Formats: sequence, structure tokens, C-alpha cells
Amino acid sequence: MTRHLLSIDDLTVEEIHEILTTATEMHDVQKRAVKKLPALRGRTVINLFFEDSTRTRSSFEIAGKWLSADVINLSAKGSSASKGESLRDTALTVTAMGIDGLVVRHAASGAAEQISRWIDVPVINAGDGTHEHPTQALLDAYALTRRLGSLEGKHVAIVGDVTHSRVFRSNVKSLVKLGASVTVVAPPTLMPAGVGDWSKAAGFATSYDLDAVLPQADAVMMLRVQRERMSGGFFPTAREYTVGYGLTRDRLALLRPGAPILHPGPMNRGLEISPDAADAADSLVLDQVSAGVAVRMSVLYHLLAGDGQNEGATA
Amino acid sequence: MSTLIKGATLPDGTTSDVLVADGVIAEIGKVSATAERTIDADGLRLLPGFVDLHTHLREPGREDAETVLTGSRAAAVGGYTAVLAMANTNPVTDTAEAAERVLDLGRAAGLVDVQPVGAVTKGLAGEELAELGLMARSRAKVRVFSDDGKCVHDARVMRRALEYVKAFGGVVSQHSQDPALAGPTACCHEGELSGRLGLPGWPGVAEEVIVARDVMLARHTGSRVHVAHVSTAGSVEVIRWAKAQGIDVTAEVTPHHLLLTTDLLAGYDPTFKVNPPLRPSEDVEALRTALADGTIDAVATDHAPHARHDKEHAFVDAAFGMLGLETALPVVTTVMVENGLLDWAGVARVMSTNPARIAGLADGDRPQGRPVAVGEPANLTLVDPSAQVVVDRAASVSLSRNNPWHDRKLTGRVIATLLRGTPTVLEGALA
Repeated sequence: MTRHLLSIDDLTVEEIHEILTTATEMHDVQKRAVKKLPALRGRTVINLFFEDSTRTRSSFEIAGKWLSADVINLSAKGSSASKGESLRDTALTVTAMGIDGLVVRHAASGAAEQISRWIDVPVINAGDGTHEHPTQALLDAYALTRRLGSLEGKHVAIVGDVTHSRVFRSNVKSLVKLGASVTVVAPPTLMPAGVGDWSKAAGFATSYDLDAVLPQADAVMMLRVQRERMSGGFFPTAREYTVGYGLTRDRLALLRPGAPILHPGPMNRGLEISPDAADAADSLVLDQVSAGVAVRMSVLYHLLAGDGQNEGATA
Repeated sequence: MSTLIKGATLPDGTTSDVLVADGVIAEIGKVSATAERTIDADGLRLLPGFVDLHTHLREPGREDAETVLTGSRAAAVGGYTAVLAMANTNPVTDTAEAAERVLDLGRAAGLVDVQPVGAVTKGLAGEELAELGLMARSRAKVRVFSDDGKCVHDARVMRRALEYVKAFGGVVSQHSQDPALAGPTACCHEGELSGRLGLPGWPGVAEEVIVARDVMLARHTGSRVHVAHVSTAGSVEVIRWAKAQGIDVTAEVTPHHLLLTTDLLAGYDPTFKVNPPLRPSEDVEALRTALADGTIDAVATDHAPHARHDKEHAFVDAAFGMLGLETALPVVTTVMVENGLLDWAGVARVMSTNPARIAGLADGDRPQGRPVAVGEPANLTLVDPSAQVVVDRAASVSLSRNNPWHDRKLTGRVIATLLRGTPTVLEGALA
């Protein structure tokens, strides 16, 4: 297994399957009255968050605690970073406390990868800027697999603010690795730079036409659109965005029967996703949240439990 | 003090002895006279001392990253006898007093002629013209004005600056970056890699629209514009067209834009973060061709030292810039000479003659960029054209270590540098 989880690129297909299989076992723990496994007893994990995130931080915190790790949340936002301390100094300082794993969230792309070069404990990327959010992609794969079975040959549409989305960047990699075909749908202004060459090399499709893609999709993943993108001139109005790219009540009729609807949250109801879609029987939004804890337990287990055992064996 | 350089190959390809006495070239040919110092130049190239149009010396303000003295050392080791010190210090060089201070620090260091560049606008804010005329009349005799680091993006301000500097033969050196198309966070060439990495894109067009606008303003005002650190094939096309129209435009390219490419950013290492950003190989090829055919006039380093902690932030938060003075000649040798794009007369042209002319240093009381000829000031650089060097950032005489060339194998080495006859570098090290 990879030492760090910085990107879906760090994982082979077999490792993804292994993480998802372990997550299934971890998921059962959630149904128990006593939700504790001893796997990481005595280990300390720091959630180092340079950017606010209630749900991802909580998910990692619960995952670590259910594995009996000591989990400490450190918000670096508005603290040392704003006092001018370098990222390297912050990472070295936190690691020097004697921790066993670092979960990093940062508003800047590449921050987790940079940190992994400076410190000697496993680093898990909990979202770096507009780059990647690998545990989100793994939990999406988990939720999709439970609904659809194998993703081999399945067609997933990813819709919305693609260019600013780390959820997209991780998901397109994991879905393609798992054998799914992916079509990315966005207005041209929200497509990433160079997506033409990228999509050819990486094996996904692009479209500006949601209505043409939805009937072909086995699942649809809606991405959050930040309202401040409007002031950046990426699209004229929220109303126009919804008409072109929102999963409206009318568009639900274009979906194949039973095709699941995903959203990483938090949702902008009424903008990219209508209440009818968010609360539909086929919506996996809450399944994703529940899967998030199981998948993060699995990731922490695979990256940290083995790490420590090996050290113990040689000590 | 006299120095005899024995058996050097001159820019024109002939081999001669060169006797330097009293700061000038006293004799060229078969010299029988003896001198106080003799340098064996067998197999070496003797070139006019290099002139860098674009150096950041960081003093005043960031003396922890570089000083006029340490930057002068790096320049001398790189074969330079004159550097233009950019104005984006703290305080900004936007007054005669500030310019004279930099000039005096350079004279005190005494290793290269440090010629201050004046800011175009007060505080580099892009709004009001700085005291261009007073800087021009000062002891520093400022002729090159630049807000480098920032673009003079307001067309009205740029027009007035171009008009105003005509009175004293000045030139505006423009950092071409339309802030509406490439804002302050833009840090990766906009393209497939920026899309994959999720880094804010810096599209080539943000440079090209400013270059296009500025050459039209130069034509309209009848003034002279210099394009700093050209980085794209599109800008090259515009400059080539403008020169064909007779517009008074000159341009420089950095060593890093001649060799390093965007793909180096894949690991988010801020050592490779520079402004304008590293571009794809198509742009690199176009820049090499343009330097060879004269569309681009000069190589300029954009030497930009930074303290280590300013580079150890997340990529988008880290400082822009890389070291360049000590490695410029090896890069130019490797990229241009070894590939047959420039001969050594061409190297002399793009690293000495042209930059000195653009900067207004070719004449006056301390002329630079003069030919290697009897009676000319002995600003000379002796180069081993076939030496193989592996760059070691720890060996740099700069105070900073943001060296993108570390561990890279290059060809060409500066053996000696003479400033008006006085050796500043001998046997590849500070004299």
C-alpha cells in the first residue's frame, strides 16, 4: 500500500479494491452499539486543517476515533500561516510533537504533496485547493459500487464547476481506473484549461450539453457551484446556470430509472441541484456521508496500522 | 596593473594575445611585452563583459536574500561587468535619491557597474509617474524605467511614460502581464498541466495582449519600448512584426525560458515558480529561434534571489523567481551554441553589445558592451566553451539558494572577468 495518500495516482486498481473491501468491514462497525476497533490504539493522528471544513474534518475525526486512535484537530487557518510561518515550518512543528499520521486540508493545490516531502509520517490529503480530494473519490466509488455493483462499463456523468473541483480531479481518476466511462459536463468557462488534451490522454469525455448526456448515464455526480464564481464572470446568473446545468425536476425524467444521484456537499439547493433531486429515492447524498467514515477508517487503517506494525517488528 | 591574456580566441574567431593596461585594451596580436599578470587563454573565448538588463539585488529591503555586494559577486562570477538593478526594492527606486543610493552601493562593492533601473510609477502602483526626469538627471543617470514585478497595465499611464522618457533618451522596460487575464495568483502556464494540477493559469495571451498594445503605443508616441522576459511564441510573432514595421522595440529572454519547461511544475516545487511562468517546449523553441534571428535582442537573467522560507510555502503562496547570474553563460552555451543557433560573436551580441546599447551604457564615462579592440575599456569575460559543469546550488556566491539549475549538467564556464582591466574573477572564482 502507498505510504501517503496524496492523489488517486498513488493507488493501483488492486489497492482501490482493497480499500473498498476493508471499508465494507468498517461499515459494519457503524451499525454496532459499541463502535470501537482497537486497530490504531496508541497512535496519534493530527487533522491539520488550513482551510475550514466541518464535514471532512468530522469524518476523519470519527474514523480515527472508531479505530481507537487519538485524534487532534488543529486549525492552522488564521494562526501561524497568517503570521508568515512557512508551510514547511508548520508541518515540521506539528510532526515534532510525535505523531503517527497527518491529515491535511489546504486551500492551495499541492500543499499535501509538498508536506509529504518534508516530514516522515504518512500524509493523507483531505483536499488540496482545486487539485485532489482522494478520500472523497474513494467514498464515492464505495457508494456507487454498493448501488451499481462493479463499475466496469458503467457511465458516470460529472456535472458542474469542473475547473475549480478537486472532487472531479480525484473522481475522474478513480472512476476510469475502476473501468467506468466518464463524461464531464460544464459550460466552457468552467472546463479546466487544456481539457481537450487531458481528456484524450486520461480517457474521459467532455460535453457542454447536459440534456444529451443524462439519458446515457448510469449515475450522475453533481458538483457544488460557488456563487462567487458569478462575480468572476464564469457565468451570467444563477438562473441561467440552473437552466443549463442544474439537476432540475424536469431533468430527473431524463435519467435512466434507478440511476443514482451524487453530490459531495454542501449542496446549493436550487442552483446546481433541485430539492426534488437531492431528496429523490435515488439520491446517494447521505449514503456518501456514511460511506465517508467507513472509507476513511479503511484508509487510516491501511496507511497507519501496517506502518506501526512494521516498525514494531523490527524494533 | 597590466594583464596579458595569452592565445585567446576573439569573438571573430581569430586567436590573439590581448594586453590590458591601465584599464584599457592596449594591444591585440602577437604580444611580446610582459605583464604583471599572465592568463593562459589557450582554447578559451574572450568576449566583451556581459551586461544584464534585468537583475534583482534586493537591497534595500531584503538584505537577507541578497545585497548589492553579494549580487555583484554573483554577477562577476557569471562573467558580468554591468547589471541593471530592478526598482522593486523596499523602498522602491522611484526617486533620484534612491537611485543614487543603489549606484553608490554598487561603486562601493566595486565588482560590476550597478546601474539602477527607475520605477515607472510611484511605489510601482501603476497610477502616477515617478520622478523619471529627476532620476535621469541624477548621478545615477537612469535611462531604463520599469515597474518589473508588475505591469504598467493602464494604457494611459504607459502612453505618458513612453512620451515622457523621450526627453532624455529613456526606455520603458515592460513586465507584460495583463492583470485581468493573469492576476496575482496566476502561477502556472495555462494549459493541460495547470488544469491537471489545479493551479491558477497564467495564459500566454495575458503577455501577448500587452506586448501588442505596447508596440502600438511605441509607434504612436514615437518612443522606445523594451519587452522584459518574453516567454511565448505569440509575443515573438508580435515583436517580429513590430520590428518589420520599424517600431522601436527591443526584447530580452531569460536563460530559464530558453531551457526549462512547464512540466517541471508537476511536483509543486516552488523552485520552479517564476513570473512569467515556465512555458511548453513550443514556446521555448520559438524563443531560441527568435534569439538566433535577432527578433529577441538580449539574454537577461531576471536573477531573483529569495530567502528559503519565502519559497517554502504552498506553491501558490511561495515567492516568484529564480537565481540566474552565475548560470546564464552555461545555459546560453548549452542551448544556443551547442545547438548551432548562435556563434560566439552572437553570444557577445546578445549578452553584451545589445544589452549595453538598450540600457544606454555603450557610451558615456563608463562604457560597457564595447568591442574587443585596442583603446576600448577592458571589460572582458574569458570563457571555457567546452567545460562541463554540474550546477551545485551550495557553491553559489549568492545569498540565496532558489536555484532551478541544481544538479543539472551544462556546458560552458566563465574562467575570468575583468572590470576596466581589474580582474574580478580568476580561475573561475572571485579574484
